[in-house]
Amino acid sequence: MELMEGELEQIQSVVAEVLKKFDSDSEQLLPILQAVQGRLGYLPREAMKMVAAAVEIPEVDVYSVGTFYNQFRLNPPGKNQIKVCMGTACHMTGGNIIMDSFERRLEIEEGETTKDREFSLERVACVGCCALAPVVLVNDEVEAKVRPTRVDGILLGLGKELNRKKTEVGTEDKAQDPAEPKDIPAQEEGDAR
Amino acid sequence: MSNNNGNNNGNNGNNEKMVTITIDDKQFMVPEGKRLLWAALENGVYIPHLCALEEEEKPSAGCRLCFVEIEGFLNPVTSCTQPVKEGMIVRTRSKRIDRMVKNGFELLLSNHRLNCGKCAANGSCELQKIARERGLKLRVSRMRKLENDAPIDDSPENFSYDPAKCVLCGRCVWVDHNMAKVGAIGMVRRGMSRRVATFGETALAESNCTQCGECVRACPVGALAVKE
Ligand code: SF4
Ligand code: SF4
Ligand code: FES
Repeated sequence: MELMEGELEQIQSVVAEVLKKFDSDSEQLLPILQAVQGRLGYLPREAMKMVAAAVEIPEVDVYSVGTFYNQFRLNPPGKNQIKVCMGTACHMTGGNIIMDSFERRLEIEEGETTKDREFSLERVACVGCCALAPVVLVNDEVEAKVRPTRVDGILLGLGKELNRKKTEVGTEDKAQDPAEPKDIPAQEEGDAR
Repeated sequence: MSNNNGNNNGNNGNNEKMVTITIDDKQFMVPEGKRLLWAALENGVYIPHLCALEEEEKPSAGCRLCFVEIEGFLNPVTSCTQPVKEGMIVRTRSKRIDRMVKNGFELLLSNHRLNCGKCAANGSCELQKIARERGLKLRVSRMRKLENDAPIDDSPENFSYDPAKCVLCGRCVWVDHNMAKVGAIGMVRRGMSRRVATFGETALAESNCTQCGECVRACPVGALAVKE
């Protein structure tokens, strides 16, 4: 993930502040990483490097811990956060297909954030409303019984411009009303890619 | 750190007490406290093993293949973690051990890019050795095969890493950290996506890897392999 202007400086000063509060001891690695993520919303690479240097372990060992625990994210949260539930009920009712649809549409993989930082996509394990499966949390609002065809609607509602295939642009109505997203042939589109 | 443990190879210095143990009805004199796996191997008794390194102070005991039965223990134990004691009576084979090894072995193969004919480790591979010694097939028959199409990293000058042949034994990571003392590689992610990688999962050549080759020598299979 590329850093924006001034972001590196911000990361450096936040991590330096966090590090001051802990002993420079590898046993403090987890609490330090939690504190860094608490302040920055994720674990930027630069932050992991600084932590590694401070507690005197190889950088790859910090990365190892950061990628092991679900609670850590390596990419900044997007302006819109999409969480696809992969709990048992959602999984059984096709949560993975919903995840695939978002991945294809946003052109990122689970756990990633779009380049413009508008959207981040992650999996969660049961949000507690299995009767509504498959469930997607869109900025912490529940979307119930989501179908692949609903994915474009959700994204349009959040202001995402969906790129049609160039050849079709002339014939298709590009500026769909975000409030009326129901008849967008999302499925066919997705498959055609 | 490893000097005390690592140098017991057979030559029993004065300060080393020898004990007598019985493995599969044969008696052996071995240095007290030596780990059973190495004591057995040195005396020509084979026990399957992938993850253990003799120099390691604390074995990771991750491969779960080196099980033996020891008299007085209710359940099979990993021989790589068990120090020998006077009078210890060991069996390397039993119904339940054979079953555990067979299952563990097949699980390891279930996401393995099996391609021995074209593999750099063909002939020296520990998986092949386990199959030979225990009469197991290098094939997945009772489990579903998981296609592993992870790309090979061949960025280093002299070697390459094929995650689809990696058994995640961790030996390369240990020697990188403790022998080469570089800290270039580690185990990242978890579950099915666990793999050996550098910081940020870059190509090895773009990391702080010095390409010393220690890890390649430590690899029991053909995952880290010298280029032809
Ligand atoms: S690592 Fe061993 S079992 Fe796997 S393909 Fe190579 S030789 Fe065969
Ligand atoms: S690359 Fe080889 S030594 Fe390293 S974890 Fe994989 S199998 Fe073990
Ligand atoms: S060698 Fe003992 S568990 Fe791997």
